[in-house]
Amino acid sequence: MAIIEVDHLHKRYRDAVAVEDVSFTVEQGEIFAILGPNGAGKTTTVEIIEGLRTADGGTVRVLGLDPQRDKAALRQRVGVQLQQSQLPEQLKVWEALELYSSFYDRPADWRRLLEQLGLWDKRNARYGKLSGGQQQRLSIALALVGNPQLAVLDELTTGLDPNARREVWGLIEQVRERGVTVVLVTHFMEEAERLADRVALLDGGRLVAIDTPAGLVSRIDAEQRIRFRPSGPLEDRLLTALPQVRAVTRTGPWVFVNGTGDLLQAVTSLLARNQIVAAGLRIEQASLDDAFVALTGRRLDN
Amino acid sequence: MSRLAKLTVTEAKLFLRDPIGWFFALVFPPLLLVILGSIPAFREPDAEIGGLRVIDLYVPIIVGLVLTMLAVSVLPSYLATYRERGILRRLSTTPVRPASLLLAQLAMGLTMAAVVVSLVVGIGVVAFGTAMPEQVVGFLAALVLTAAALYAVGFLVAAVAPSAKGAAGIGTVLFFPMMFFAGLWVPREAMPEVLRRIGDFTPLGAGVQALQDATNGAWPRPLHLAVLTAVMVGAGLAAAKLFRWE
Repeated sequence: MAIIEVDHLHKRYRDAVAVEDVSFTVEQGEIFAILGPNGAGKTTTVEIIEGLRTADGGTVRVLGLDPQRDKAALRQRVGVQLQQSQLPEQLKVWEALELYSSFYDRPADWRRLLEQLGLWDKRNARYGKLSGGQQQRLSIALALVGNPQLAVLDELTTGLDPNARREVWGLIEQVRERGVTVVLVTHFMEEAERLADRVALLDGGRLVAIDTPAGLVSRIDAEQRIRFRPSGPLEDRLLTALPQVRAVTRTGPWVFVNGTGDLLQAVTSLLARNQIVAAGLRIEQASLDDAFVALTGRRLDN
Repeated sequence: MSRLAKLTVTEAKLFLRDPIGWFFALVFPPLLLVILGSIPAFREPDAEIGGLRVIDLYVPIIVGLVLTMLAVSVLPSYLATYRERGILRRLSTTPVRPASLLLAQLAMGLTMAAVVVSLVVGIGVVAFGTAMPEQVVGFLAALVLTAAALYAVGFLVAAVAPSAKGAAGIGTVLFFPMMFFAGLWVPREAMPEVLRRIGDFTPLGAGVQALQDATNGAWPRPLHLAVLTAVMVGAGLAAAKLFRWE
């Protein structure tokens, strides 16, 4: 069952088009990432899904409901983490959770949630005294305290150090295991690659591509590159004779082989036939980063 | 507990964790009354102010001070902070409407005001022999209307303030002229006629005079009730029109 259906969505602000003809669906139980640079229309798209903004054109259905007409019903069932939203400095962690859980008809047990998110020891701390990572975890806890079927998390790990970021990623996987469908807005390639089942690539308000991370990477005609140190003499022409190999270069003891297709298989069998051992063998593949460049013509990091 | 009650209790907790806020709104006004009452000359009847004592005049002035602190200083800076930190927006993604937070702030402020106003009137009566309000209904009517007018001004400040700092700034800028016309520095009875006439048309000038009249047994004058009502309606409508949630 589709949890979210976005069909030909349009949204413009006074001076600019924010979202132009975007369509996608999010399926039950998946982690769906909306990826793109700043100003790509990611936040506008999810804010329409959340019912915070109205669309200018197209239709959006969330859990089969209309985000504008059925606001009250959806707010019970959709958990939201907003970009740059804070709590009062003096509010204690447990007070925030107790308060927010009182808003919902069937809340989750906030004490368990605190334990699961590693915040139990901080339950009496005030919001203003928490580290960035702890504030972020609290924000995730508040998005989950209503026992939502769908969690929409915007810029989950912005401003976190790499350790805290990895910690939060682990949490999101746990959330999915609880059966919650997760929509993630991010401009971190690594985040989408690590977490998402599927990625929607937005750029300039348009949907550029939508696929699994691996699927996006395979769309670009990516060259692979193998690097190794041969244990004995190896002539270049043996390698270049392989149909998968495009070029061979050497740096000191290292041999670099560029090519496509079943490159690794071809090279290793060749080495085996010649009784050469490849030390320090490494294969370098295109990443989602490269896919983004290929699909939009520019780099993601802004 | 209902959601609104829970929000109100939370707001009260947060307010009581801010020592500067509760000192000026809750402790300072009764303290000021005690200090003024300790000055012997202020406890002597004075022919120039119609045979009343200075301390008699200060009870309604300090009641006005409490309401102004809570409505025009505390409320806007909280609401502007909540908007600035995205708390109102965050609430609008939950089943609770962000307006509930405004109501919770109002309920919290009015509860605090009721306690401190009772304290101020009580200290006056017990410690300095000031009169209990003779026209009780008139006194309560004046009190409610003054609070309503000041809270309307407070919501308007919260509506137009660009930031939390801006709200605190506007609140402070309004505080001094409002309290001046209330008679905090020179009681209305000692003001030149022209200043008193101007004061009649300000919310606190009208409010304090209405409280004073009711204390002395008279029904508040229609002019003062009309000024308070006009401020309440005018500022209230403007606030409702201009308030931004984000």
